Formats: sequence, C-alpha cells, structure tokens
Amino acid sequence: MSMLRPEEGAPARVAEAVLLVVALALGMGGMWMVGYSLDDALPEGFWTYSIVLAALAFTTHIVLRLRAPYADQVILPAVVLLNCLSMATILRQTGVVRDADASRHLMWSALGMAVACVVLFVIRDHRSLRKLTYTAMVVGIVLVILPLIPGLGREVNGARIWIYIGSSSVQPAEFAKIAFAVFFAGYLVANRDTLALAGRKVLGLQLPRLRDLGPILIVWAVSLAVLIGEKDLGTSLLFFGLFVGMLYLATDRVGWIVIGLIMFAGGAVVAWSIFSHVQLRVNIWLDAFNPELVEGPSFQLVQGLFAMAYGGMFGAGWGGGYPSFVPFAYSDFIYAAIGEELGLTGLLAILLVYLVIVQRGLRHAIGVRDGFGKLLAGGLAFVMALQLFVVVGGITRIIPLTGLTLPFMAQGGSSLVANWIVIALMLRISDAARRPSPLPTRGALAEPAPAVVGGPTSGAIEVGGGRPVQAGTEAGAGRGVTPDDATQIVRGVDR
Amino acid sequence: MSELTFTLLRLGYLVLLWVFVLSAVAVLRRDLAGPRTTSGRRRRSELPGPAATPAPGGGAPRAPQRGGPSRLVVVAGPLTGTTIPLTSSGVLIGRAPSCTLVLDDDYSSSRHARIFPQGGQWFVEDLGSTNGTYIGEERVQGIVPLAPGVGVQIGQSVVELQG
Repeated sequence: MSMLRPEEGAPARVAEAVLLVVALALGMGGMWMVGYSLDDALPEGFWTYSIVLAALAFTTHIVLRLRAPYADQVILPAVVLLNCLSMATILRQTGVVRDADASRHLMWSALGMAVACVVLFVIRDHRSLRKLTYTAMVVGIVLVILPLIPGLGREVNGARIWIYIGSSSVQPAEFAKIAFAVFFAGYLVANRDTLALAGRKVLGLQLPRLRDLGPILIVWAVSLAVLIGEKDLGTSLLFFGLFVGMLYLATDRVGWIVIGLIMFAGGAVVAWSIFSHVQLRVNIWLDAFNPELVEGPSFQLVQGLFAMAYGGMFGAGWGGGYPSFVPFAYSDFIYAAIGEELGLTGLLAILLVYLVIVQRGLRHAIGVRDGFGKLLAGGLAFVMALQLFVVVGGITRIIPLTGLTLPFMAQGGSSLVANWIVIALMLRISDAARRPSPLPTRGALAEPAPAVVGGPTSGAIEVGGGRPVQAGTEAGAGRGVTPDDATQIVRGVDR
Repeated sequence: MSELTFTLLRLGYLVLLWVFVLSAVAVLRRDLAGPRTTSGRRRRSELPGPAATPAPGGGAPRAPQRGGPSRLVVVAGPLTGTTIPLTSSGVLIGRAPSCTLVLDDDYSSSRHARIFPQGGQWFVEDLGSTNGTYIGEERVQGIVPLAPGVGVQIGQSVVELQG
C-alpha cells in the first residue's frame, strides 16, 4: 500500500463529499440566520467558523480517502452536521448566556477532528487495539478514579467528575468510556465461551461461574465507586450499561441482561435510599412542577420543558428563543435550546441523525469479520445510543436527569474529543468491514468468490469416471482462497 | 429582516435539515440491498461502493446457479450446526488444516472429499479416503451428483447442501 495515494479501485467517496457539503451548508445557514435575526448582520467570526469547520471536515474526508477508503460514507457527514449545529447554537448563545463561548467550542471541535484524523492515521488496523486489552482496563480505571484524588478533582455542581490541570479542566470519564469499550471487547472475545457455556442453569437461565464473574464484579464496583464517590449517576449508568450490552453481544445470553438489570435496579434502590442527592433527582423527575421544587432544584428541568414547548412543531427559528432562561443551555441542556429554536421537527431530524450513526456502528459490527472488531463497534455504537437516551430522556423527563453530555453537541472539550475518537474507531472498523475480501462474511451468504486459476469449471472433470486423486489435487490448488484463509473460514464458524 | 422572510428561512432551514437526513438514509438503503441479495433479485446494476467492487482477477468462474444451494451444513457429528457458504470453488473437507471444512475426526482422511459445482449441478467426490464417503448406505465412487438435502457421511460427520 503506498503511503499517500488512494488505493486502486477504492470508491471515490462522492456520497460523503456531497453530504458533507449539505451538512456544512446547514451549519453556515444556521450561523447566518443567527446573525441576521439577532443583529441583522453577519455574526462576528462567521467566516472564521465556517472556513475552519469546512477545512477540517474536508481534511478528515481526505484522510479517509487515503487511509480508510472503504469506510462508511454517512458517519462523517452526520457527525459534522451535529458539530455544526452545536456550533451555531453556541454562537447564538455567546454573549447572551454566561459561559457559552463559540470560539472555545470551535477550538475543541477542531481538536476533536484533528485527533480523529490522527487516530485514523496511527491505527491502521483496529485489531492492533486488542493487544492493549488489559492496558485499556488499567487506563480506564485510573481515568475514572482521577477525579477522586484530592487536589486534582474538584466538585462542580454536586458532581466530582472533573480534573483540573492548571487552568484547563478535563472530564476523564468520557475517555474512560473508550478505554472500557476496548477492554470489554478484548476480554469478552477471549472469554465469551466460558461465560456463555460454563456454569449452572438456574430457572432456565444459564448462570456463569463465579470465577468468570471477576472482571464483571470489578466493573460493577467501579461504576458503584463512580456513583458514590463522584455522585455521577449518568457515568456510572453508562459504564455498567456498556458492559452488560457488550456481554450480551458477546454471549447472546439474555440471562446477562436480566442479571445486569437486577444488579442495576438493586444498586439504584440502594443509592436512592442512601443518598439525598439521588432522592432529590428522583423527586425532581416525578414531581417537576411541584411549587416547592420549581423555584429551586427543578427550575432547570422545567425551564427546559418550557423552552421545548415554546419551540412547538417548527421552532421559533434561529435566534428566536430565550436560551438565557434555561440554566446550562449551552451544555447539559443544549437539547432543549435547540428544541426551542428548531422545534420538534428539528429535534426529530437530529435524533434521526444520531440513529443513523448508531445504526452504522451496529451494521459494521455485523459486517466486520473478527470478533474483537464486532464487539468494539457494537459496544461503541451501543454506548452512544445509551448516552443519547440518558441525556434526552433526562431532559424530556422520561428518566431522572443525570449529568451526561449530548455527544458532539454540548459545549465541552472532553466530550467532543472523546466522541470524535469514538467516530474515528467506528470509521476504522467500517473500513475493515466493507473492504472487499475473498472471504465471505460470517453468517452472510457467499458472494461469488474470486477464484483465480484452474477452478473446477476450467479443468475437464469427467463426471462419473474421473481420476480421484488428481482431481483432488487440482481442487486444493485451484481454490481462490489460500489455505490460511480457508482455515479462518472454519474458525469463523464458531460464531 | 422582515417577519415573512424570517419565517420562510426558518421553515426552509428545517426542510434542508430533513433533506440531509433523507439523503443519508438514501445512501444507507444501498446497504440494505447490498451483499445480502441471495434470492433471485440481484443488486441493481452494480452500485458504486465497496461491496459492489467486482472481484479482481477477472474471468472468475460463474457462481453456482441461482436458486441452487447456498450453504453446506454439518447436520451430524462434532461440528453439528457449522455452516459454510458455498462458493464456485467448492468445499474441501478433511482433517488437514488447509481444508475449507476442517474435521477433527480420526475417521476422516486428511483430504477426504470435496463438494463442488459444475454446470449448475453440485457434485461430491471422494478423494481416495481410507474410510470412504457415503450417501446413505452407498459408498461414493469417483464423482457423484449431489442434490440439496441429501446427507453425505464423512467420518463421524454428515454434511448436506441447503438452499
């Protein structure tokens, strides 16, 4: 493979380029309308934002053409669209809402895309991550524990999830999410058979053996530690959900989901009965409009609901809402702020864009050939879907509100960079999944194999008579797949 | 900016947003029609995209007839349930690691038998195995036509072609 030339026969990625243009047009249109509806002029820095975003998006596009030419063509434009929409929203709030800062957001978006390009350049094959299985576990646990270290972590708005290095702050849990996904994929691909098959059957459920449960208990303990030590409901739910989801992907045992849900329910009830902040969250959720709560704890949630109601079906238009009424309208409640200005129609479009990203991740989990890649892609897609559910569910009062961020939309460097890394990994796996190969995909039915020379049809095999041994030799030599590949097919059958 | 222009722009923006979503979904629809086409209906005119890239090498032998068997399934023996997609190059069965279907079975020879298509019909051929290849009670001599659903006994395993 040449260093900097697209591979021959690789798709030109036209669909991606066209969709990118539409996505960038939407971003620029949003910023343009923000400026014209607020001040009747181009917003300050309009061209800087537009040009930087466009340049980065197309740089990523070119990196994909060079380094992952078969990668999915929809993921990148979808993510760029989300990033552009959040850019417009935050630009709209800059100067109106305290702490909303479009130029910082641009910087973080740029860093996110740059890191994604670096990941695509450095990781040539996602299977190389498998070697880092246990390193990833250690890194993940360290990242999770960092905010608990006195002096490094600090409690902000009731949750201790940030670490401060100098003047900049990082939310390490976002990166821990990726490390855990890598660890779970590597661990489960090696151990899924023991997890799926060993152990006793109780009440129709295949229960795993205690010693196989070790890492699961570690993860459970880590997520409990997050819950107790950092008072962060969302992240603990995310880690545990990620693990249970990936266990199910790996073993295909519904029993794991049952066990996971029971453990989660138990943990939730215990947390609810012990911690006052959990009780408060539940009260806010169930009784948001209670006059005693509206002026205090549930103010943000209720304001978010009012904002979305004001948006209605078609929204108030860019610049038409009142984001300053909703606390944290640029980060935790950006979903409500967008709902106010784009309405239900816009929110549903955004949810569909997320759905497309998640669907692509799961689709490539099916398509990719190695078990590690399947689990990693499936896990990353699942964790994004879960995070989306937890955030949007919290804002729309379907579940209690937690402190997670909406991927690619909320202002916040850690979340943006971490999710761009997730996307880079997804693109890398999708390249492996869609790359043409002589091997049929597991479980899928065969395409005509590119048999090279002397396939059975070219030799004259006399039906009925025949020279068994010679014909056999020919069959061995003439198959389109090499011996190693052939063995792989058979191994591939083990699920 | 007048109220009317603003309203039009506001709604036009939402339309463009949905144009993006729908065109993304349109790109995805190709995938649904992608490599999983098995029954009669082939992918429309080889759409651009990796899945449709023609196989290199050219002049590849035709795939087994449409509507014919698409997989080889192990129906008895230690590997029961194992499925191998059929390709035009046939399936080599035996104990040798180079076989397409590797049997860990003392009763099978290292290169025991092969199953391959020719002229729209599938055949099984015993490759001079020690213990023989059987269809029912009958030992396979040389090359014999093999219909889908007919079990072929190789060592302790039975394989059959399935649609």
